[in-house]
Order: sequence, then structure tokens, then C-alpha cells
Amino acid sequence: MSLPTTKSLALLLTALILLTAAPSADEKHLSVYSSVATYTLPVVDRAGREYVGLLELLEPFGRVNSHMEGQHWRFRFNEIDSDFSPGRSRARVRGKEVELPSAFLMENSRGLVPLSSLSVLLPRFLGTPVNFHESARRLFIGDVATHMTSQIENTNPARLVLNFSAPVNPTISTEPGKLRMVFSRDPVVAPGSQTLTFDNQTITQATYAETNGAADLTISGTAPLMASFSNGGRTITVAALPQPSSSAGVQPSPAPGTAPPVLTQNPPVPPPQFPVVTTPPLLVGGGHRFIVIVDPAHGGDERGAALSDRLAEKDVNLGFGRLLRHELDLRGMSVLLLRDGDTTLTLDQRAGTANTARGAVYIAVHAASSGNGARIYTALLPIEGPISGAFHPWNSAQASSLSISQSIASAIAGEMQKQQMPARASVASLRPLNNLIMPAVAVELAPGPHGTADLASANYQQKAAAAIADAIAANRPSLATQP
Amino acid sequence: MIPRHLKIAVVAMFAFVLFMSFYLRRVKRSAAELQATATDARPVAPPASGPTETVTLFVAEDGEGILRARSAQIPLPGGRQQRGEELLRALLNVYQQPGSPHPIAPAADIRSFFLVDPGVAVIDLNAPFADQHRSGILEEQLTINSMIATLSMNVPGINRVRILVEGRTRDTLAGHADLTEFFDVTAVTRGQ
Repeated sequence: MSLPTTKSLALLLTALILLTAAPSADEKHLSVYSSVATYTLPVVDRAGREYVGLLELLEPFGRVNSHMEGQHWRFRFNEIDSDFSPGRSRARVRGKEVELPSAFLMENSRGLVPLSSLSVLLPRFLGTPVNFHESARRLFIGDVATHMTSQIENTNPARLVLNFSAPVNPTISTEPGKLRMVFSRDPVVAPGSQTLTFDNQTITQATYAETNGAADLTISGTAPLMASFSNGGRTITVAALPQPSSSAGVQPSPAPGTAPPVLTQNPPVPPPQFPVVTTPPLLVGGGHRFIVIVDPAHGGDERGAALSDRLAEKDVNLGFGRLLRHELDLRGMSVLLLRDGDTTLTLDQRAGTANTARGAVYIAVHAASSGNGARIYTALLPIEGPISGAFHPWNSAQASSLSISQSIASAIAGEMQKQQMPARASVASLRPLNNLIMPAVAVELAPGPHGTADLASANYQQKAAAAIADAIAANRPSLATQP
Repeated sequence: MIPRHLKIAVVAMFAFVLFMSFYLRRVKRSAAELQATATDARPVAPPASGPTETVTLFVAEDGEGILRARSAQIPLPGGRQQRGEELLRALLNVYQQPGSPHPIAPAADIRSFFLVDPGVAVIDLNAPFADQHRSGILEEQLTINSMIATLSMNVPGINRVRILVEGRTRDTLAGHADLTEFFDVTAVTRGQ
């Protein structure tokens, strides 16, 4: 067997193995729904309580600024000043004291507030009422809730029509006798009752639940079910598939005016062992989902560079990666953060997960203690043999995307320079850039005007993250048409 | 009244303790010197012999993140292999000077440099070179690029370069720059 073929097989096998290596979905998240933006933020557990970053939470709603003054974290949102002290539960917002349910925390220059304080804190900053479903970690700012009504139609096959007050985009999966919709980005709220029982022998019940920043609607039936969208995403029709005796193997035609079903399941085949998950219909350009993959380099056992006596590169990368996710999210892009905690991932795992996710672009984030501003790298490809057939050698898989990677690197450098941030694009023999089949860049954040301290500054990181997100948003059409 | 023999015994014991403390201090100092000598990995290779030539070294400058061409006069042997090794040592010497624009550990050295065939070169670094190298994409890549660019300029015909550490493949130089593959000299020099 020739060397390129061996490497190609290794690529294929690694990709298959790493299908299971995607970041854990059970990490805690806070979903925020508002008329300005809908986004999710990571929730961290500290001393048995849940915390979230205040700056990241309020950043979409206005100008934010923060700095440490002695033992005080001064946070400014638009014209509102606030003062928090790490380790203390008493804070001051708009000159008035606020008692937090537990102590305010500072981590890597991020101010963390208890999740249970949001109902009290946010109205003071935003001047608008909030509705916080704390146990489910769903935060509704203003009147943004999407309401749902249901209607059963005793036709043949039976149909359940769900009407929503705004377009929705759930993830849908099936298992024998059940169809499950997870609304992670839609502010769907419970219908009148948590459980709806229908007078129908095929579609019997719908159960609503909320957990970890998402709403979950499970429809139970005695036959395999399918779902189809219509009315611009405001209507979802759940229907039973016809019985095999009458129409075995024949796809039912959708109701007039409805989009094709997003998921079907033919009755004669054995039930699947695992739920079949459909992806949200976020289609762009050539029909691919537009996913930006953000990879905070190092992590776990691998600390990366020692940026100062107490600052490890892996921690800065993680904070910067989260901010970048947030900025991309604000610009309407789906983001896959490869590491959202202090976990060890090999370079092959990172490349495998990114390639499997078929991302539109990959951005690795690094930090360094020398120089200033930022450096943006594309792959310096090693020497490989000729490409044999449809497979790419693992170590030069990036070859076909290199030119657009270089364009993206230049665009990021340009956006950073617009923000008065020194930046230049270059090449580096840096894995896993060369193993990726999509446009890929690595951003190395270097100190700013205040030296290494800037690397941990949320303001400095936010400026860099915004520039990267602007560059990706500006190049989205060309990235979306990638094969 | 203290007996005379007891007084003599106490004085003798004091003298013995004093002697032992001096002796222990001396032994400790000798041990420290021995340890310092053992960990000193500075090169002790004899200087190269040959006619002095003017060569171009590509010296990394961390501040600007670039390689800057710098002329140097060094004695160079005739063979390509020995020539390459001396060029790399001359480059390291620049980096190990006080106030270097791209500092590298004093104990860093080139273990050997050899040509596998006329176009393929292998640089074998010693362990302190990699272990004590500053971690960062820029710092690591500049080190690699400066070695390859210097070789390419002064030892014509090298197309591919492989970097080993203590004779073995190492994943990265100091956490970032990949050392597991051959470097394409044209790609490296074009990227500067």
C-alpha cells in the first residue's frame, strides 16, 4: 500500500473515531433571549453555586468597560457605574447597594456574578424587566417570548400542528414512538400546561420541559413520527408515517404549502440504536451550515507558554476563545468551541473534530508574552507526496484551502489595524493548521500598550475578538461557498 | 571545683566541633562546584579551522518579528556539511550574546549537522536548545526560519531540512512549531 493511501486511510479512521470526541453537550449554559440578540454564555460552578460573566452578559446591550482599582472591580455599562469587590456579596449599582446571594468573583480578569442575582442586577443596568427561568438557565429580557399553540387533526395519517408566534429553528431527533424538538436559540415558553394529552390513537401526548438553557418538546405516538416546517418556520407539523401495509417504503408527500420533511423514518427497518439528530436549517450559499470553529490552544496538562509568573497561555486562550465565540454569535454565526474548559485535547483530536463538523472556517487562538498586537498565521505546509485520488494526505490536508486561509488572515490583520492594533499575517509550521480541510488561521495575541497585563484584560481581548469576528463576517460569502 | 580532666575534655570537644564545621563547609563548597560543572552544557568543541569568509546570517528579531540579514566573518571549513554546522553555530553565537534580539539559552548547541543527500539536511539540536527555548509561535518559528534561511543562503542546494533534538524526532520545538515533518526550504524562505 502506498504512503499517501496509508495516510489517507489514517485520516478517514481518525475522523470516524473523533466523531465521538466533540465537546460535551452537558456543560452548563445560560441562554439569553432579547430583541437585540440571542446568545448563550458558559456557566461555571464555584463553591456549589452557578456564576456567569457580567461583562459578557451585558456587552450586546451597550458599551461596557471594566478595570480593577485596588480591591474593587469598576464596571461601567453605558452611563451606569457599578462597583464589585471580589470575595464580597455587597455591590453598588447606580449608587445603590445591592446584596448578592453569594460573593462576587474575579477569574482571569472576568467579573463573575451569581446566576441567582441576575433577576435583581439586570433590571438596574438595563432598566427593563427580565424574566429568568433560573432552574433552566433561560433569561428573557423584555417581551420576547415565543408562544406556542397546538392542534390535533384526526386525519389519516394523524397530524399535530404546532403554531408559534415567531419563526423557530429547533433541533429535531426521533426514537421509537417519540419525536423530540430542542429549542436552544428560540425563546419558546411553555404552553398552558406542561403536558398536553390528545384524543388521538396515533399522536397521544406532548410534553414540554426546560433544561440547561433550552426548551424541550417531546411528542409521543404509537407510530413513527416525522416533522415538517411551513409558514416561514412558524408552523411545525408532526405527522405519523403511513403504515407499511398500505405504503411500505413510500415517502409521504408533505401537506400543500409545507417544506419537505426534515426527518423521516420508514417503519419496516429496525429502530435505530441512537437518536437521529437533524441539524438546524442554517443554510447559506452552497447549502452548507456556516459554522465557525474556535480552538483555544493547549489546555489541561499542556499549559502552553508561561506568559507571566501566574498567567498560563492555556487560560488566556480559553478566555479569549469564549469572547470570540460571543462576538461571532452576536454577528449571527454558529460557533463550535473545541475546548470550553481546562481539558486536554490532542492536535489530532482538534483537527478530527473540526473536519468532522465541516466548519466554514477554523480559528485557533494563542497568546504570547513577546511583541505587541497580534500575529495571524496560516499553515506552512510540509513536503508531501502527490495527492492520490480523492483523499488528501493528513499532513497537507490544508493545501486546497490555503489561498482562502491567507485571504482571511489578511482580512483579520486589516480589521485589527483599523482598531489601532498592530497586526501582521505570516506563516508557521503549526499543527493542526495543516491537517484541516477548511480555511484555517491561528491568531496569536501579543501584549498591548500595558504589557503582558493586557493579555488577561477582557477589554483588550474583546477588541481583538471583535476585529476577528468582523473579518469573518465580511468574508462570510466567500467562506460559505467553499466545497 | 571542676576536675582538670573534664576541662580538657570540654576544650577538646570544642576544638573538634570547630574543626568539623570548617571541614563540612569546605566539602559543601566543593560539592556545589562539582554540580555546577556537571550542569554546564556550554559547548567545548574546538574552533573551526579554515579560511575566514564573509557570510550572511539571517538573524531573528523578536521585536519586529522578522529576519534581518547580517554579514559576519567566520572561519569556514571546505566541506558543505562542516560549513553548515559552523554557520549554525555562528548564528547561535549571535543569539547567545547579551542584548540579543532573539535570546536563546546559553547551553543551547548544535549536536550535529549532516546532509542525507545533497538536497536534504538534518539539524540535530541538543536538549537544552529545545527544553529552554521560549514558548510561542513567533519565537519558535523565527528560530527555525533563521536557521533554514542561513543555511539556504550559504550552503546552496539544500531543498529540505529536518530538525531533530538529541537525535530523535520531537513534536514541537517548545510547544508550538511542528518538528515532525521536513521543512520545504523554498516555502520557508518565501514566507519571510
